[in-house]
Amino acid sequence: MIKAILIFNNHGKPRLIRFYQYFPHVFLQTEDMQQQIIRETFHLVSKRDDNVCNFLEGGSLIGGSDYKLIYRHYATLYFVFCVDSSESELGILDLIQVFVETLDKCFENVCELDLIFHMDKVHYILQEVVMGGMVLETNMNEIVAQVEVQNRLEKSEGGFSAAPARAVSAVKNMNLPEIPRNINIGDINIKVPSLSPF
Amino acid sequence: MALKIVKGSIDRMFDKNLQDLVRGIRNHKEDEAKYISTCIDEIKQELKQDNIAVKANAVCKLTYLQMLGYDVSWAAFNIVEVMSSSKFTYKRIGYLAASQCFHESTDVIMLTTNQIRKDLSSPNQYDTGVALTGLSCFVTPDLARDLANDIMTLMSHTKPYIRKKAVLIMYKVFLKYPESLRPAFPRLKEKLEDPDPGVQSAAVNVICELARRNPKNYLSLAPLFFKLMTSSTNNWVLIKIIKLFGALTPLEPRLGKKLIEPLTNLIHRWEEIPSLKVCHMLISLSSGMPNHSASIQVSLRGPLPINSMFVVLVKYLGLLAMSKILKTHPKSVQSHKDLILQCLDDKDESIRLRALDLLYGMVSKKNLMEIVKKLMLHVDKAEGTTYRDELLTKIIDICSQSNYQYITNFEWYISILVELTRLEGTRHGHLIASQMLDVAIRVKAIRVFAVAQMATLLDNAHLMTGNVQRKGICEVLYAAAWICGEFSEHLENPTQTLEAMLRPKVATLPGHIQAVYVQNAAKLFATVLKSQEGNTDSTAAQETSQLMIERLPLFVQSANLEVQERASCILQLVKYIQKLQQKDVEVAEEVIALFDGELNPVAPKAQKKVPVPEGLDLDAWINEPPSESESEDDQPKAIFAKEETKHSRTRHTEVDEKELAKVSWAEHATQIVYLYSGVYQEAPGVEHIPVVQIDLSVPLKVPGLPMSDQYVKLEEERRQKERVEKKKKDKKKRKEKGGGRRKKRDSGPESEEDITPAHMVDIVTEEMPEVQQICANRTKDKKSSKHKKKKQKKEKEDKEKKKKKKHHHHHHHSDGGGEESVQNGTMEEEEPLPVTSFSLSSSSKENDIQGNLQDGSQVVVSVIFENKCDSFLKSMEFNVLDSLNSKLQRPEGSGPHDGLTVPFQLPPGVSNEARFVFTVQSIVMPQKLKGTLTFIVKDSSTHEKLDFKLHFTCSSYLITTPCYSDAFAKLLESGDLKCSSVRLEGVSQPFHHLLARICFHHHFSVVERVDSCASMYSRSIQGHHVCLLVKTSGQTVSIDAKCDEPTLLGNVLDEIKQTFSQC
Repeated sequence: MIKAILIFNNHGKPRLIRFYQYFPHVFLQTEDMQQQIIRETFHLVSKRDDNVCNFLEGGSLIGGSDYKLIYRHYATLYFVFCVDSSESELGILDLIQVFVETLDKCFENVCELDLIFHMDKVHYILQEVVMGGMVLETNMNEIVAQVEVQNRLEKSEGGFSAAPARAVSAVKNMNLPEIPRNINIGDINIKVPSLSPF
Repeated sequence: MALKIVKGSIDRMFDKNLQDLVRGIRNHKEDEAKYISTCIDEIKQELKQDNIAVKANAVCKLTYLQMLGYDVSWAAFNIVEVMSSSKFTYKRIGYLAASQCFHESTDVIMLTTNQIRKDLSSPNQYDTGVALTGLSCFVTPDLARDLANDIMTLMSHTKPYIRKKAVLIMYKVFLKYPESLRPAFPRLKEKLEDPDPGVQSAAVNVICELARRNPKNYLSLAPLFFKLMTSSTNNWVLIKIIKLFGALTPLEPRLGKKLIEPLTNLIHRWEEIPSLKVCHMLISLSSGMPNHSASIQVSLRGPLPINSMFVVLVKYLGLLAMSKILKTHPKSVQSHKDLILQCLDDKDESIRLRALDLLYGMVSKKNLMEIVKKLMLHVDKAEGTTYRDELLTKIIDICSQSNYQYITNFEWYISILVELTRLEGTRHGHLIASQMLDVAIRVKAIRVFAVAQMATLLDNAHLMTGNVQRKGICEVLYAAAWICGEFSEHLENPTQTLEAMLRPKVATLPGHIQAVYVQNAAKLFATVLKSQEGNTDSTAAQETSQLMIERLPLFVQSANLEVQERASCILQLVKYIQKLQQKDVEVAEEVIALFDGELNPVAPKAQKKVPVPEGLDLDAWINEPPSESESEDDQPKAIFAKEETKHSRTRHTEVDEKELAKVSWAEHATQIVYLYSGVYQEAPGVEHIPVVQIDLSVPLKVPGLPMSDQYVKLEEERRQKERVEKKKKDKKKRKEKGGGRRKKRDSGPESEEDITPAHMVDIVTEEMPEVQQICANRTKDKKSSKHKKKKQKKEKEDKEKKKKKKHHHHHHHSDGGGEESVQNGTMEEEEPLPVTSFSLSSSSKENDIQGNLQDGSQVVVSVIFENKCDSFLKSMEFNVLDSLNSKLQRPEGSGPHDGLTVPFQLPPGVSNEARFVFTVQSIVMPQKLKGTLTFIVKDSSTHEKLDFKLHFTCSSYLITTPCYSDAFAKLLESGDLKCSSVRLEGVSQPFHHLLARICFHHHFSVVERVDSCASMYSRSIQGHHVCLLVKTSGQTVSIDAKCDEPTLLGNVLDEIKQTFSQC
């Protein structure tokens, strides 16, 4: 079973965290505990050279040597999978590769910025690869196909961040110093039709 | 209304979406927390709105903030709201947020059951998919129970996308709601053969996880997996299946054989794929099933790629696999030793740690020094304290495993330990210290060397204490000081060491170390005095005293209580010594006597076996016991059980405080109890403690700090020499034999056993002499000599007992009803009745009846047959006429009147013993059994017959059982016992002889004796308590007795009377 998937950058800033196991703590809140785990894992992983092997024993917070950390380092990002003994090390390493390649396909030349601004999308892609800590699909074509179908479905519903957001972003990106809160309703209405009724 | 909607959408346009939030946070690097808190306020406002789109947007942003570590549990209800949106877009956001934030203790989960059920049955497969994905993350036992059926239906959904998700989530459901496994399993099994590879893979995945928890239940699926393994092309599935077989093969060994073929096929298939993938599979193979020899051939291909060294990953995995193989097939790994040693040089810590693990299992007498030398090199090179500490503990683990089994030269080991103390910043000072102590105490031959090394350490103590970082290592000084003090007679320059121990710097050490310093300075002082008083010049001795008096006040002022106390004691002592010295009195001998005695290693549980000195009642109250008002359980059995546990607790009141202090701290240091032999010399039993002491080869003096490397060379030479000697011997032997045998002894590399260690460790085993044996000997000594014949018999019996004890190591002397056979004394012998027969003069039989009791109804009678004639006796048959009460136990199938064949023949003058088991029902009456022994005298080949009687006395049913006075008193008070008494006149024996006779012949034990009055106790094999109160005045002895069975009591008293009337 996969216990957690962590993606963070070279400075330890989390870009995606996905815990499949609840790590309770006596004093800490769930979120604080998760942050501690990220920090510990980053500490363990970041001090390793790039040409050493990709496996190490888990930190004390996630259960020590019962768990293994399997990671890959791509440019600015670390992809770390925390797994128990039922998973094959090389299998997981392969899986990370599949995941990253899928991201690359979905985002077209994926970079850290894509992950920063589209955390939700990354999650949706990951959901097609791993479910509840178990490997769901390793076939990249299948993953990409399912992700695309769902994106289309979202679009057909009028999108969440699609049309209106784009319009709004366009307005915002005009570098107007301040967008007044009370804009004349008439003006705006012209743009609204693209919004689907609620 | 319409306006409101429009207004809402307008507001929404200017709400931040996720991207804006991210951008905002990035733009507010300096005051991120403040910016986020305003964002959270905005989100709270948004969540209050009715518009679901606004809410969804807010929840999406919350998911991001959750990642950054912000608590969003307050929005749990809003998340549920978004989850229940009818639109896929929002639903997905809701489920994502829920899967990130919810866990089992989130209470709103209860509200989601119906929503999830609705989504699961949604016509849109992606609604269902999203719900399944979300559910897989936050499924609770309640949800699992309520939704198990819905999910089970989905397992046969038309869309493979749903099927695979449903199959996978079943594992989570099983975990939370195990009852669902049984109904779901057939369908799960069916999915193993699903046409869609994704669904198939999910099913394999689930079953592998299940099998990992309980492999036995999944053996029946082996053929199915077997088929899958040969047909599947999905590597992921194959790895999982191989792992599964790894769990199954230990349960079903036949599987291993079957697997070889498909596995080798797989490997051939994979060999075509270059590099990684090959190793990939090989390693999962090897780690999967190290238990089967056949798979070993396959798996040993795993480590192969290490040779090529081109893939780090494979190296790691190879090592991992090897450590698994090492457990079952150590030989096959040992050949890779060099390879593994190379891995220690790897720059990757993961790999080095794995290699270290392997080394532990690989050492032998032959390669230990070499391996440790390598490790020492790494210790020097290693940066980072964790790895260095790991190395250090591994070195010590490797060397000390199984009682220093692999160490052949302890000087080498001591020098390794000393070298280790030079490590910076290690936390394991105490570990090194305990090793030093252990070795110095247990290996006597090493003490001279160890003391010299420790003295150097003490001299250079500033190196260890100077640096704050080196705190951990100063623990070593504790060991050094103690060794120097305890074995100070071996010191070359005790004055210098004493000086070193009293340096002002010592006061900066931790308290417990200072305390040891002070105490051992006193020991050293004694040694120094002794050497100096021998000289004519007395000023030297006085100077030493002066030194002590000058330096000790530093410790008297110590904040540590222990240090203070010891220091002031010793200071006063030294002052007194100084006074005596000024009067020219020689004091050295007396001072030395303070610390007299030598430490012997004793097994941890040895104390239990030290016998309680006679007359010492450990349970007697020293002061008046507090009045007991609580009613005790008067069931006698319970009392005895309690007593037994008390009995095993031995207290030593004679040990003086100093010894106690030593014992206790030595115990602290090494978990082995060391006792001063001097204290216990008088105590019987201690001298029987088997302490192996063999001192071989003369230790070499190495000046200064030793380099362990020298020993490696020396050891080589020593072994060489030994080998040469051995060869010489062999040659001699062969010469002596005159070349009778031409078999060549292999003169190749020496085998493990050939390497004899240079020093022997005192290995303390659990085998201790039994207390009882000693007691038995004692009673024998006390016994006044009787007829010669009787004495012979007794000796035999003692021998007998000893023999028996060897078989029953844990011999509880008071356990009558238990399963263990209980030793019992002899039965009063009935002389073989001389029935008129000419052959009687030629053969004699002694029936020495050892009542060996089991189940309270069995008596073992051992009969000694002695052939006194000149002819060979054979075909002996022993037969007893059974009574209603007592029956000879005959082998099954034989009639009640058949005799038992005695399993031996008797040449002239030889005696032998045979045992016969009798079943006795009632033990309250004595009885005599008539029997015959038939045999054939070889020369005349005639059948002869000898009649005899076996006398089963009541005393022989009693077992010597110790009892304590308070239990005894309770027993008497209980009122269940019947009373009876007897008077013996004209007994001229001393009282203690009388008691000893009762003890010996009738198996009583003395509970308490006061002057001419004694209470005695015994117990029958059927659990009757027999209590006696024996009083004597002049020549009259009166015995008052109590027993719960009056008939038995009467008979026992009659027998006692008989015993005394005979003499």
